[in-house]
Amino acid sequence: MSVILKTEKLRVEYASRELRSGIKVALNGLDLEVRAGEVFGFLGPNGAGKTTTMNVLLGFVNPTGGEARLFGVDVREPIARQRIGYLPELTYYYKFLTAEELLRFYARIFGIPRGEADRRIDALLKLVELEHARTRSIKTYSKGMQQRVGLAQALINNPDLLILDEPTSGLDPLGRMKVREIIQRLKSEGKTVFFSSHELGEAETICDRVAIICRGELKAEGKVSDLVTQHQCDLEKLFLKLIGYQPQEAI
Amino acid sequence: MNNVLAISGIVIKELYRRKDFYVLFVLTALITLVLGSVSFFNDAKIVRYLKEICLLLIWVASLVIAISTAARQIPVERENRTIFPLLAKPVTRGQFILGKFLGCWLACGVALVVFYLFFGVVSESRGRSDPAATGLTSSAAPAGPAASAKADDHEGAAGGSEHHDDHAGTEPFSVLLNYVQALALHWLMLGVVTAIVLLGSVVFSAPSSNVTISFIGILGILLLGEHLNKVALRQQQPAQAILYTTYFLLPHLEWFDIRDRVIYDQPPIAFVDCSLAALYAIAYTGLLLFLTWFVFRRKTLTL
Repeated sequence: MSVILKTEKLRVEYASRELRSGIKVALNGLDLEVRAGEVFGFLGPNGAGKTTTMNVLLGFVNPTGGEARLFGVDVREPIARQRIGYLPELTYYYKFLTAEELLRFYARIFGIPRGEADRRIDALLKLVELEHARTRSIKTYSKGMQQRVGLAQALINNPDLLILDEPTSGLDPLGRMKVREIIQRLKSEGKTVFFSSHELGEAETICDRVAIICRGELKAEGKVSDLVTQHQCDLEKLFLKLIGYQPQEAI
Repeated sequence: MNNVLAISGIVIKELYRRKDFYVLFVLTALITLVLGSVSFFNDAKIVRYLKEICLLLIWVASLVIAISTAARQIPVERENRTIFPLLAKPVTRGQFILGKFLGCWLACGVALVVFYLFFGVVSESRGRSDPAATGLTSSAAPAGPAASAKADDHEGAAGGSEHHDDHAGTEPFSVLLNYVQALALHWLMLGVVTAIVLLGSVVFSAPSSNVTISFIGILGILLLGEHLNKVALRQQQPAQAILYTTYFLLPHLEWFDIRDRVIYDQPPIAFVDCSLAALYAIAYTGLLLFLTWFVFRRKTLTL
């Protein structure tokens, strides 16, 4: 399988805003490889560097060192983002637009012809079950509906790679299940999904491979079953062990 | 170009779905209507005075629309984080800035057309002023491609009453052309204003501070810009050099102000002067947009 997302010795440094604290290292020599057609879980505690990695992949942050490539193209080139779909953790869309208008706008950005865009918008609104609310402005949507419209915009260009930032965070159990179903369906269509999550159970259920990072460094990478067998514990215990969690003694 | 147009379309859509735009328009329209309906002994000078106030209102309203719209574009995109899904698409930061500029500028253009149509209807319904009666008492003519033509006319008018006989200003076509030129130059000026404010929005993170600083700066240019060289003459070095440099660096927005021509029904400006003014505005707008892109292109955006 071809590698479609690759980072090599990726390093990101920030100048800390705190006095005398110097430079903060957000990513320290991160090596990742995501292959075509797999669902890849990117796991780590808060502040581990998951969002920074996504920021680099999407061109929001320039790496201090190393490199990141999508489909073999440097992520700083806008063309690298032609074949990806991105779903942010929270809903960051133009609230004064309707779902249909938002999808039409993004379709135009991708240069999709009008007829084709109409067809895709209909199909996507059906997929995320928002047909009934297509002409309502997004500000009137519930959080779950906004997350689903986000998923629809991420799929408007029929992407080969989907980057999802905690796609189920803040959703109710039904919403989570629907998002998982959509991810499974995309996988069955041969799409590659790269998603960050705190939900270890979710990762265990739907991921082909996972990577666990902590303090900007890669701690483990591989198939969930291989990692569990290798360390002889379940994914949660392995995760806690890798991030250096020490259980406190009962007082 | 497709991305630029798509982004500008969103800016325009947002503008016409926001209430403050309509409030400003209704307010200006109401004041214009009230002033337009006033009549004092059918005195032509009073009519001109009312036209002057109406045009001033249009200038103020257009500046408010241009500055408040442009100032919020990039900061609000960052604050609401709508910039992230957008820049995660194959959109360059240059296209983003151009789209924002184009959207704001086109929206200002639409607003101006409505304002000038409205002004035209109101002023024509009240009757045009008599050029002979004006005495052309408008303020001192500023230097500049468009406004220098105004200065020529002032001198010509001072020559005597025979000038009035040759005056083409009272022809309906000439009046219409005056309106169109005033609108076009006003719109070009708003292009420069929009570009200044967009540059401010990538430098100052808070839209409110950008609006305040931009308003002060732009009003300063409009009111004092043309006098800086005269002030510089009376200064010692290095103040003189600083003031002269500022005078030549600042975009002279006052050059695009030909309200007096509309008020006093003077003949239209020569095409060459209009073209020079347009080139001047395009050059400044281009330079300011380039600076905006230069500041914004490597800016770290964090979720």
